[in-house]
Amino acid sequence: MITTSNLSKKYGGNQVLNIQSLEIPKGQSFGLVGNNGAGKTTYFSLLLDLIQPTTGHIQSNNIQVNKSEDWKPFTAAFIDESFLIGYLTAEEYFYFIGELRGQNKADVDKLVAQFEDFFHGEILGQKKFLRDLSKGNQKKAGIVAALIGNPEVIILDEPFANLDPTTQIRLKGIIKDLAEKQGVTVLISSHDLMHVTDVCERIVVLEKGEVVKDLKTSEATLKELEAHFSN
Amino acid sequence: MIKLFLSLEWKSFLRSASFGKSLGIKIFMGFLSLYFIGVFLIMGIALYPGLKKAFPDNDPLLIVNSIIFYWILADLVLRFFFQKLPVMSVKPLLILPIKRRNVVNFVLGKSALSFFNFLPLFAIFPFGITLILKDYPTGSVLVWMLALILVTLIINFLNFILESFSAETELSFLPIILLTGGLYALNHFNIISFNEIIGQGFNAIYQSPMLVLVLVLLLLVMYWFNSKLLKQKLFLDSGLKTIVKEVNASNLEWTKNFGDIAPFMKLDLKLIWRNKRTKSSVWMLVIGLLYGLFFYPQPVYQNMPWFFVFIGVFSTGIFLINFGQFIPAWDSGYYKLLMSQNIKYEQYLKSKFTLMALSVVILFVLGIPYVFFGWKILLAHFAAAIYNVGVNTHVILYGGSFNRKKIDLSQKAAFNYQGTGAVQWLIGIPLLILPMGIFALFYFLIGFEIACLIMAVLGVIGIVFHQKLMKSITTKYLESKYKMIDAFDQNN
Repeated sequence: MITTSNLSKKYGGNQVLNIQSLEIPKGQSFGLVGNNGAGKTTYFSLLLDLIQPTTGHIQSNNIQVNKSEDWKPFTAAFIDESFLIGYLTAEEYFYFIGELRGQNKADVDKLVAQFEDFFHGEILGQKKFLRDLSKGNQKKAGIVAALIGNPEVIILDEPFANLDPTTQIRLKGIIKDLAEKQGVTVLISSHDLMHVTDVCERIVVLEKGEVVKDLKTSEATLKELEAHFSN
Repeated sequence: MIKLFLSLEWKSFLRSASFGKSLGIKIFMGFLSLYFIGVFLIMGIALYPGLKKAFPDNDPLLIVNSIIFYWILADLVLRFFFQKLPVMSVKPLLILPIKRRNVVNFVLGKSALSFFNFLPLFAIFPFGITLILKDYPTGSVLVWMLALILVTLIINFLNFILESFSAETELSFLPIILLTGGLYALNHFNIISFNEIIGQGFNAIYQSPMLVLVLVLLLLVMYWFNSKLLKQKLFLDSGLKTIVKEVNASNLEWTKNFGDIAPFMKLDLKLIWRNKRTKSSVWMLVIGLLYGLFFYPQPVYQNMPWFFVFIGVFSTGIFLINFGQFIPAWDSGYYKLLMSQNIKYEQYLKSKFTLMALSVVILFVLGIPYVFFGWKILLAHFAAAIYNVGVNTHVILYGGSFNRKKIDLSQKAAFNYQGTGAVQWLIGIPLLILPMGIFALFYFLIGFEIACLIMAVLGVIGIVFHQKLMKSITTKYLESKYKMIDAFDQNN
């Protein structure tokens, strides 16, 4: 589904990302871990064509993302708060994203209704602008908005940060469900090794922009990751 | 401790967003403050000779004393709208080992250094010096000047008390309007003659300087009361809380008529209505609409028909200029979202175009009463409106592709120059000066009607080639995509 080849990104003389080759098959739940500055967000930004690669390219469904925009209809993402429109209410935001993705109000309502317990009564019908919600609630709205319109690729940057324990557990359920039952390719990054090993079939460790580990998740993975990061 | 606070303050001044702004804005803001300082200086210098000439029988000092009341009222109203107590800046200090009392004193002391408090000095000092030069007793004049400075500070602190009490009410500006309006009315209808009372008070201070202690005492009371209020408020759940307004959602169904651009129209309308900065560009409409009234009633301008078109372009295009010059910076906060979504750039831009074109039409229709000043004015406005729709909308959209400055929508509206760069200053030339130039040229070469016709034809050409123009503008935006995303990500 997503093929990365010869990809690198430099700022000045400073190399922040260098991935020779990385193949993510359809329906895989893919986890990216690494310390701050390892290149996780850079990789996601390249994947969304928000920045230009210095060399190489990424192909999503055989579409080169920095050449054509045809990957947009089947790709959704929530990277940070800058993906929210602060002066809309959560509902209005969902409808807006829905309209961009060719979903009518009823479609959106139906989808959003599935996440009622994920929202925990703090998102819908609040009469509050998104900018006035807490960080955690903003994140919930952003994540659910990324699920609107049946995307085939979903990219979530640190989805577990700022969420309360209950919501973290529910989110894990949602992500697993997407990859296993619906065949959606889910890419997440996280600083929480436990969550990421729980959710992802495959975990890639980035360090200074390079892939240093590529693991198929098993019971030993968490130990291995912990050992890696304690050095 | 004070040294620490002072260094903090100095750094916040030097490193503040407004100080780090581009040179153009710095110069503009510099000129603006110099202008005000100049006005006050001239007032201070010219006041004595002016009053002496106008009222040779009266003592200028007494006249000044008798109008102090009006100054107090005006100052209060102005401050209420423009001066806020800088409480938010102390949030990081709360968890440091600093006594609350010191934090309060810091905030209040800081407010005393406001530009509002310095401005009157530029009038008080020259006037006082003139008095001394005219052989008024030096000691008394100095005390009188001191009294005025004390009054400035009293107004400063009184304003914060008023603000803190009216902040909780829904229409927060109502109390101040009622208070100052009430005082003015009581005075105006001679029920209680405040200007005389206050005037006599100042005369008394001038005659027996010890009375200035009353003002000192009043200032201390104000300060004490403020610090009492502030101390209760320095908690995250009271004064430092950010106010959350309840939303009045409207679904704007009528935008459906605009077809595929409807989602963006809805978004733009909400953008305009729900953010302070954009809302102020709606109020600018009123100014733009009434702009002609500054000129047309004066006979001088009646004989300058080439000037009509300038007013026409300005008054029908005020929203276009105000809103348009910050496209796409209005959406800078969530630009990454838009760029990763399944959107057609052309629809996004077309929504902005439609809004601007509609505003021009509406403003022209509302401006039809200008025909009262002559049919030529209406004709010029009509030509200008067509020119605005056909040419200026495209020009401003094209200019937007050079926009590299972020706008933080949550910021206040007045005197906010965030997002202003060289583009915004340069774009004024093709928008306003060019049409006036073209018009003037043909006016002097051929005649008024032909000049109007040419303007209208230019506009029509723009409308005819709308699709083509939008295509090339869209390409321009797509080319600058990465640069814009990067720039909107920075906090300038």
